[in-house]
Amino acid sequence: MAVMKIKKFSFTYPGVDHPSLKNITLPIEQNKITALIGPSGCGKSTLLRSMNRIHDLYPGNKYDGKIELLDLETGKYNNILEIKKENEFIKLRQQVGMIFQKPTPFPMSIFDNVAYGLRIAGIKNRSELQDRVETALKGSALWKEVHDRLDRSAMGLSGGQQQRLCIARAVAVKPEVLLFDEPTSALDPISTGAIEELIVELKKDVSIAIVTHNMQQASRISDYTAFMYLGDLIEYDKTENIFLNPKEQQTEDYITGRFG
Amino acid sequence: MRLFINKIFLALSVFSALIGLAFLGWILITLFIKGLGSFHFNLFLNDLIEGGLRNLIIGQFILAGLASLIGIPIGMTAGIYIQEYGRGKYAALIRDLSDIMMSAPSIVIGAFVYAIIVVPTGGTSGYAGAIALAIMMIPVVINTTDNMLSLVPRELREAGIALGASKYRVILDIVIKAAKVGIMTGILLAFARIIGETAPLLFTSETSNYFSLNLSESFPSLTVSIYDLANEPEESSRDLAWAASFILTVMVLIINLTGRFITRNKK
Amino acid sequence: MEKIFQKLSLSSASLVFIILIGIFITLFSAAKPAIDEFGFDFIFNPDWNKEVVIDAPQAAQNTQSDTLEDEIITDEDDVIIEDEDDMIADEDEEDMMLDDEDEALSKTIYGGLVPIVGTLLTTLIALVFALPIAMGIAVFLAEIAPKNISYFVGIAIELLAAIPSIIFGMWGLYYFAPIVADIVGGYQVSLLTAGLVLGVMILPFMAAITRDSMNTTPAVLKESAYALGATKFEVIKDIIFPYSKVGIIGSIILALGRALGETMAVAFLIGSIFVLPEAINDPTISIPVAMANNFGEASGLGESALFYLALILFVISFAVISLAKFYFLKKAK
Repeated sequence: MAVMKIKKFSFTYPGVDHPSLKNITLPIEQNKITALIGPSGCGKSTLLRSMNRIHDLYPGNKYDGKIELLDLETGKYNNILEIKKENEFIKLRQQVGMIFQKPTPFPMSIFDNVAYGLRIAGIKNRSELQDRVETALKGSALWKEVHDRLDRSAMGLSGGQQQRLCIARAVAVKPEVLLFDEPTSALDPISTGAIEELIVELKKDVSIAIVTHNMQQASRISDYTAFMYLGDLIEYDKTENIFLNPKEQQTEDYITGRFG
Repeated sequence: MRLFINKIFLALSVFSALIGLAFLGWILITLFIKGLGSFHFNLFLNDLIEGGLRNLIIGQFILAGLASLIGIPIGMTAGIYIQEYGRGKYAALIRDLSDIMMSAPSIVIGAFVYAIIVVPTGGTSGYAGAIALAIMMIPVVINTTDNMLSLVPRELREAGIALGASKYRVILDIVIKAAKVGIMTGILLAFARIIGETAPLLFTSETSNYFSLNLSESFPSLTVSIYDLANEPEESSRDLAWAASFILTVMVLIINLTGRFITRNKK
Repeated sequence: MEKIFQKLSLSSASLVFIILIGIFITLFSAAKPAIDEFGFDFIFNPDWNKEVVIDAPQAAQNTQSDTLEDEIITDEDDVIIEDEDDMIADEDEEDMMLDDEDEALSKTIYGGLVPIVGTLLTTLIALVFALPIAMGIAVFLAEIAPKNISYFVGIAIELLAAIPSIIFGMWGLYYFAPIVADIVGGYQVSLLTAGLVLGVMILPFMAAITRDSMNTTPAVLKESAYALGATKFEVIKDIIFPYSKVGIIGSIILALGRALGETMAVAFLIGSIFVLPEAINDPTISIPVAMANNFGEASGLGESALFYLALILFVISFAVISLAKFYFLKKAK
C-alpha cells in the first residue's frame, strides 16, 4: 500500500518560467525504501522537498497536481498541496520528517535535541520525554555511545554521530514518512555504512524516501527506485528491475555510467 | 633597486604602525599617570558634590543600561525581521537605513531627542538621555543580529521546520541560540560604545552633581561631567576629570575585551 | 503567536525607518523659522548672532559689514564682541526681549558659513593626517606582520578605536596641542590641533576597516604574483591595492563620515568662536561643536539656526555615508 501518492505533480520555482518538475506520478510504498536517483539538477531533491512542503519557507513556488498523504488514523488520503494554515503545516511536518545532507544538530544538549520535536508537539511530562528520547536514541544505534553524556552539547559529537542524532530526533516524533536528502554525502565510509544499516532497520516503523547520488547506495538499501532526468520521472520500478533490467535507454545509460 | 624600494616601503609601513601604537601608548600612559595620580578609592564613595564620582558612574550605567533595555529587544527583533522574515526591497531598505544610522552624528541624535522629548516634557531627563543612547544602540544591534543570523546554516532552520516547529520557535529556540555568542559580543561592543558617549547626552540627560535615581529630571552622567570638569579653570576639577576619564576608559576597555574574549573562547 | 511575533519584528524594523524620517522631519521643522528667515544664504553668511538694524541705516551697515568682512582686523574685533554675547546668556536673552519689543528696528541674524567651513576643514586636516598612517598600518597588519603580531597589534588598534572620543579631546587639549603649538606657532586651540586630534581619533577606525578590505584579496592571486618573483611592495602595489581599491576608498569615505559628525574630540580644541579662520592655526568652530556649546543657552531664532546647522550636518553625513556604504563598499563585495 502506498503511504503517499504523487499524482501529475509539477513544481515551478519563483521567478522561473519553466517548471523544475513536470507531471510526476509516483507512489511511496508503506514500510519500504524508495530511492530517487538521477544526475544533479534532475529535480530529485526538489521532489523530496515538496513531500513535506519545506519549499514553503521561501514563498512564491507554484505547485500543480496532487500529493496525497495517507492519514494513518483515519485511513484517508489528504492532498498536502492544499494546506494553507500554520497548524496544518505543523501537523504535516510531524507526519513527514526530514534528514538533511549535512548533519543539523541544534545548538543544545543531546537530550534536548532529541526532545525538541516532542516538546514542540506538547509533551511536557519529564519521564515520558526521557522514555521516548531513550527509545529514539536506541533506535538510532546511538544510545550506547551517548547515554552517559546526554546533557553535553550535541556540537561535540562526530559527523556520523550527529547525523544519527538527527535521525533519532526525527524518529522520536513517530512520523509516517521520513525523507532523507543525501544523508551520507558529507560522511566518511564507516559512518555511511552505519547510517545505511540504520535506514534499513527503520523501515519496520516508517516509510522512507531517500535522495542519493550514489547508485550503489540506492541498490544496496532501497526496495523501489525512481530515475529522474531534467525534471521528468523517466522510470519507476522495483530496485532490482531498475538496476538489472531497465526498460528505458536513459536509465540504462545512467546506471552504466555513460552520463551523469 | 626593486629590493631597495621594497625595503623602504616596508620600513615606512612598519614605521606608521609604530606611530599608531605610539599614539595609543601616549594616550593610555597619559590617562594612567594623570588618572591614577588623582585616583582615590573614595571617588567611588562620594558624589560629585562632595568631590567624588559615585553618582556619575552609577548614573552612566543606569543610562546605558536603560538604553540597552530599550535598544536590545528592538534591535534584535528588527535584525530578525531583516534576516528571517523580510524579503525583497523593504528589508533591504531597512538594512541600508540602519547602516546609515549607525554612522549618523551622535550630536544630531541628541538634538532630535531634545526636540521630541526634552522640549515637550519641559526639561532634560534621564529618560531622554537613555532614549538618545538607545537610538545610538539600535542600529549596532540590528547589524550584529543580521550578520550573525546570516551565518546560521539554512539547513538548521529547515531541520527545525521539518520537525513541525513553527517559524518563530525555530528562530527563538534554534537560530538565535546558534548565533548567541556572536550576538552577545556585538551587544557588549555596542554597550561599550554607548557608555562612553557624551554628545547625545549633552542636552538630553545633561548631568547632575547629586545622586539620583529619578529618571524624570536631569540625570548624573560621567561623560557630560568630564566635559564640564575639564573645562573648569581649577586644577582640582581637571584632576577629577582625569580620574573620571581613567575610570571610564578602564570600564569601556574591560567591556570591550570581555566581548572579544567570549568570541575567541567559543571558537 | 507566529503572527504576533512576525508583526512585532516588522514593527521593530519599521521603527528604524520611522526614527530616520523622524530625525529629518524634526530637524526640518525645528529649523523652519531659520530656513524661512535666512533661506539658502544661511550657508554663505559668516555672521552668527549679529544685531542688524532694519531702519535706513541698515543698508549702510550691511554694506559696511560686507566690506569689513574682507579685513582681518576689523572682523576679529567683531568676533570678540559676539563672543562676549555668547558667553553671557542673560544678556543674550535681554537681546531677544529687546528684539521682540522693537522688531522694526533691529533683528539678530545667523549665518552658518563659519561652522560649515570649520567642519569641512577639520575633517580635511584629519583625513590628510590620518590617511597615510592608516594605510601604512593597514598594510602592516594585512601583509607584513607575522600572524601573532598582526593579531595583537590589530586588537590594540581596535581598542584605540573603542576609547571614548572625549578622552581624545582632553588628551589633545592638555598634551598634544601644546606640542603642536610649540612647533607650528599660534594658538593651542585651533583648526590645526582640532583636525590633528580628530585625525588621531579616526586613525584606528580607518586602519581597521582598510585592513579588512585588503584581506579580501584572494591568497591565490598574491601567491601567483610571488611565484613570478614579485617583491612584497610590488604585490601590494600591483595586486592588493588594485584588487581592494574600491573597498579601501569606501573605508576612507566612511571614516570621513565619522569625522564630520564628531563632537567631543573637536570640542576641546577648536576654540569655539564664530569666526572664519585666516590661518591653519586660528581658532574657529564646527557644526557639532556649535551645537554642543550653544544649545543650552539658545532660544528662538538662535535655537532654530542651530537646528538648521544640525539639518545640514545630517544631510551631508547621510550623503557621505550612503556614498561609502552603497556605492563603494557594496561594489567591493
